[in-house]
Amino acid sequence: MVTTTAPPAKPMARVRAKPKAGMTRKRREALAAYAFLAPDTIGLLIFVAIPMVLAFGVAFFKVDGFGNYSYVGLANYKLMAGDDQLWASLRVTATYVVAFVPIAFVVSFALAMLVRNHFKGISWVRSAFFLPNVVSLVVVGLIWQFLLVDKRGALSKLLAPLGLGDVSFLGTPSLALGTYVVISVWFLMGYQMLVFLAGLKDVPKELEDAAQIDGAGSWQRFRYVIWPLLRPTSFFVVVNSTIGAVTGLQAFDLVFVLTKGGPARATSTVVLYIYEQAFTFNNMGYAAALTTMVVAILVVCTGLMFGFTRGGRFDED
Amino acid sequence: MKIRFFPILAHVLAIIAVAPLLWILISALKPAEDVFNFGWPSTWTLDNLQYVLLKIPMPRFMVNSAIVAVTVTVVALFFHSMAAYALARLRFPGRGIIFSGIMSTLLVSLPVILVPLFLVAKQLGLLDSYAGLIVPSIFHAFGIFLLRQYYLNIPRELEEAADLDGCGYWRRYWSVILPLSRPVLASLSVLFFLANWNAFLWPLTITRNPDLRVIQLGVSGMQGQYASAWNLILAAAVIAAIPTVVVFVAGQRRLVDAMKTTGLK
Repeated sequence: MVTTTAPPAKPMARVRAKPKAGMTRKRREALAAYAFLAPDTIGLLIFVAIPMVLAFGVAFFKVDGFGNYSYVGLANYKLMAGDDQLWASLRVTATYVVAFVPIAFVVSFALAMLVRNHFKGISWVRSAFFLPNVVSLVVVGLIWQFLLVDKRGALSKLLAPLGLGDVSFLGTPSLALGTYVVISVWFLMGYQMLVFLAGLKDVPKELEDAAQIDGAGSWQRFRYVIWPLLRPTSFFVVVNSTIGAVTGLQAFDLVFVLTKGGPARATSTVVLYIYEQAFTFNNMGYAAALTTMVVAILVVCTGLMFGFTRGGRFDED
Repeated sequence: MKIRFFPILAHVLAIIAVAPLLWILISALKPAEDVFNFGWPSTWTLDNLQYVLLKIPMPRFMVNSAIVAVTVTVVALFFHSMAAYALARLRFPGRGIIFSGIMSTLLVSLPVILVPLFLVAKQLGLLDSYAGLIVPSIFHAFGIFLLRQYYLNIPRELEEAADLDGCGYWRRYWSVILPLSRPVLASLSVLFFLANWNAFLWPLTITRNPDLRVIQLGVSGMQGQYASAWNLILAAAVIAAIPTVVVFVAGQRRLVDAMKTTGLK
């Protein structure tokens, strides 16, 4: 919400130490506000707003390696229809979202419930769950590459007694995406756990106690007290992790280090594909067109989620 | 007294969660031929860390990252707190529109605008420069939003007193609001530092010059150069990760302190 409380009425007989000639107080306040806002607003305009608009412009051009622009109309968009690798990437991102969002939700929610009430060593446990999120995605990628080295890696050795010692988790197209999902969950569960913990703090203990006195078991207390009160938090987590899964750094840094999009493009996310088009193949115009497509998908998705849930309020009838 | 099940489960899961990190730390201290062996190293060695620090310009990468992360953090906190002060405390025409405009940029992440942002940075002559690494990373609505929320809760009377003393808006911001926002600035600085120390995609896009390489680029570059020398790759990864863990542990205490102070008030 934008509205704030109005400033309290000024005392009648106030002494103004520095009255500036020809300027009302209101005017001075506005000028000061614009000055305070100028650096960030200008920065956001140049480095966020203008690039957004620019993407829609550049999408109509073909840009060669020397930076020469030639107008091509809708050619870049027509190119998309026959671009099999693009469709493969869209499938990868869609599969990733469908797997990652619910798993991360359930895992981090379970962790939050687990560390909700005090026990000995709780702060170390909370920090431990959050720690993977502190390390960079590049390091995370390298760590798991090492743990998952074929045959000699720690995981292969751990799984050898089960007869799974020869499985190549990052080298098999059908397994690589799942591995990437699991690593992402490991990386992000601590962060989402903290979000849930913050939401759980707002669930009044008295309500739960009252339900318990009324004879509600722990499942019923969860289902009818905690869960409904946690809906805004859950909504935030779902929207946030969906956006993150499609366009977050986890969709680029991690796959870039872990698999470079392979094997057989099984982990080539849309943002990785756009990067390749722009900086490996120098197709800036096409990459810009792809950018506009991702923006459109994002706007439609968040719009739908807000529409379905009425802004996360889940008003009950 | 019965031993409760869930706390024990929590401890076990916590150990599993940090196991990969500990594993890497231990492996980085093993001799090359031991890297894939289970358990403790037969001999502990600092050779890997030493090699990475001396034979690869890892210190240079770290200095670059430190310059970028510290500069971005300081400048961003300064700009964001100024903007947040105006949005929370001052009344002016267009406040609603400017606020919504700033908030709408929250949806936009770097991978989405990477290509056009690169074109803008190129036009501004920011390629292959510290300015190119630093300036575009400063502007983000998240910090503005958080600081604004914080400022809305600072009692107005404190500012009124400064007003009566004849302080202008700048003095009110600088001597009243800014000192009061130390706790939130401390937590934000932890977040900003971590995000920028860990930044990979933007430095990868904007720099080619090896002298400008940041730590994450340096570490990921090990992959290609030292393809199977895992002892060295892990040593580099550990070096890149240590500052983040240190900042997190130190910053965590600060967060708790901040919470305590607000609780006592």
